[in-house]
Amino acid sequence: MTADILFQVLVSGLLIGLIYALVAVGLTLIFGVMDIVNFAHGEFLMLGMYASFWAFALFAIDPIVALPLTALLLFGVGVIVYQTVIRRILKAPMLSQIFATFGLMILLRGLAQFFWKPDHRLIPHSLVSGNVAFGPVQFGLPQFVAALGAVGVTGALWMFLHRTRLGTALEATAIDREAATLMGIDGQKMFALAWGIGAACAGLAGGLIATFFPIFPEVGSNFILIAFVVVVLGGFGSVTGAFLAGIIVGLIEVLGGFLVGPEYKTAIVLSLLLIVLLVRPRGLLGKA
Amino acid sequence: MTTGINISRKGVGTAALLALAAVLPLAVTEPSQQNFLILILMGAQMGVAWNIVGGYAGQVSLGHAVFYGIGAYTSTMLLLTLGLTPWIGALAGGLVAAAFALAMGWPCFRLKGHYFAMATIAVAEIMQILVTNSDALEGAVGLYLPMDQSGWGVLIFLSKLPYYYVILGLLVLTVLVSWAIERSHIGYYFRAIKDEPEAARALGVSLTRYKLIALTVSAFLTAMGGSFYAQKEMFIDPGSVFATTISIKIALIAILGGVGRLMGPVLGAVILITIEEYSRTLFGSTGSGTDMIIYAAMIILVAVFSPSGVLGLLGDLRRHLPGAKPAEVKTSAKEARP
Repeated sequence: MTADILFQVLVSGLLIGLIYALVAVGLTLIFGVMDIVNFAHGEFLMLGMYASFWAFALFAIDPIVALPLTALLLFGVGVIVYQTVIRRILKAPMLSQIFATFGLMILLRGLAQFFWKPDHRLIPHSLVSGNVAFGPVQFGLPQFVAALGAVGVTGALWMFLHRTRLGTALEATAIDREAATLMGIDGQKMFALAWGIGAACAGLAGGLIATFFPIFPEVGSNFILIAFVVVVLGGFGSVTGAFLAGIIVGLIEVLGGFLVGPEYKTAIVLSLLLIVLLVRPRGLLGKA
Repeated sequence: MTTGINISRKGVGTAALLALAAVLPLAVTEPSQQNFLILILMGAQMGVAWNIVGGYAGQVSLGHAVFYGIGAYTSTMLLLTLGLTPWIGALAGGLVAAAFALAMGWPCFRLKGHYFAMATIAVAEIMQILVTNSDALEGAVGLYLPMDQSGWGVLIFLSKLPYYYVILGLLVLTVLVSWAIERSHIGYYFRAIKDEPEAARALGVSLTRYKLIALTVSAFLTAMGGSFYAQKEMFIDPGSVFATTISIKIALIAILGGVGRLMGPVLGAVILITIEEYSRTLFGSTGSGTDMIIYAAMIILVAVFSPSGVLGLLGDLRRHLPGAKPAEVKTSAKEARP
């Protein structure tokens, strides 16, 4: 009986952890390539959710079917954000960089509230709904599909970074910007690409959870702090690290909530952030 | 401000500003407008306090709400349980916050740049969760100050005017502390830590020790601001004093005016609070998000175009005016990176 509950808890931790991983890989990619922490990353997820919502509400396209569209749209948003704001603060003091992306966060929330109202919205009757049972363990099909999608997207990103010329160029820029420039890699293009891909990953995470998570302008705040924890634990800039860390954070959050009380689960995850920062600031797989 | 201005001119300017602040409520008698002035002074006080650690010492804290909240809760709990006057309660809150700053700074100052900023966010968020779930502090319900008392002893007033002078006094105190630090050898050490940490270390400056001094003094003053907030609003809950949005606002006020400049945060507060309040009253009543959009656009514009704040921008303009003396740039744009 207790083992069943524990198993149930672990499975739900794993499912949410994979989503955290997908949100965090984009964040860590941007940081790895250009040393900028994007406070507006949760808002990319929010925009992904709204893209799914409107695809569903206006054209009756299911969120799962709309995913490629969501990814494309958010890629565009990421590139636009880079070209209009980020490009201008690359050499600015850290404080300016923090406030530029923090301002973006409020701006995107404000725009969402302005155009789409602060209401909580839900997508009813998605293609994926209902529960799945594996023996004694039960979980929602939407959560399962979302986690599966998150694994797929993170895997595809890994393949892109390690198996394609463009991806290798991006990795090279992350490792050593100057050397990459000397090899003929256009740094500006790589930065824009990182923002496009980072936003697309967050947007896809949004599209994947839109089938079971309420959609509202401030939904990103539920994810951004956790994404930071994942990025720090995984090691700033490490996509593989973020993937592993996402799962670990998901498990710790759900397990901690189960053992201590759900009201403390975020505090537990944030304590993990402090512990990692103090004990091993470079995280699991970060550069020393 | 440029170094071309000599001390006496600066002194005269400050005295004139103070005199103006002292008589301003005679001209502005409408309670809602007096409240607006109080909000500006509160913002300025927080910003000047933050500037000591975030500006002079260059340690970007995005968790100052933790000190603000500690101040608000300490003085309020002392008033509610022991009937202790908030005059002493605010000092007690300052001491508790200072002790907390020491305990938090000791490990966190091993971190630099982004890492330090994130750790401070995490500390404040954890604190908010703990207070929200604390029965002794009434959790999410919050604390109400006694509605049936008023006067200087309990620091609760029916009109806005006394609050105005109390917060003006606290702001003057905060500016004086900041000014004293700026002029003392501690201030030089702070700037050395900010601009050339390795050189400062090589010269025997204990980085951690001076960072701790900066954070502790800043925390003490921020907590007193928190106590004032509780007295003025007569109600506090975790969301209104411990939220990260407050931490961000505190830092933003300093950045907007000019980081590491004595009066920068005062100017920053005038600009930020004015825009915040006006966009709220003009557009915010419908919850349309317009106030957020204006607020955000301003943050982005300052971050992109004027990293040294409005005072920095004015300094630049002055330098480009015909006949202007070439002035040294006092604050460096350099910051610690992880």
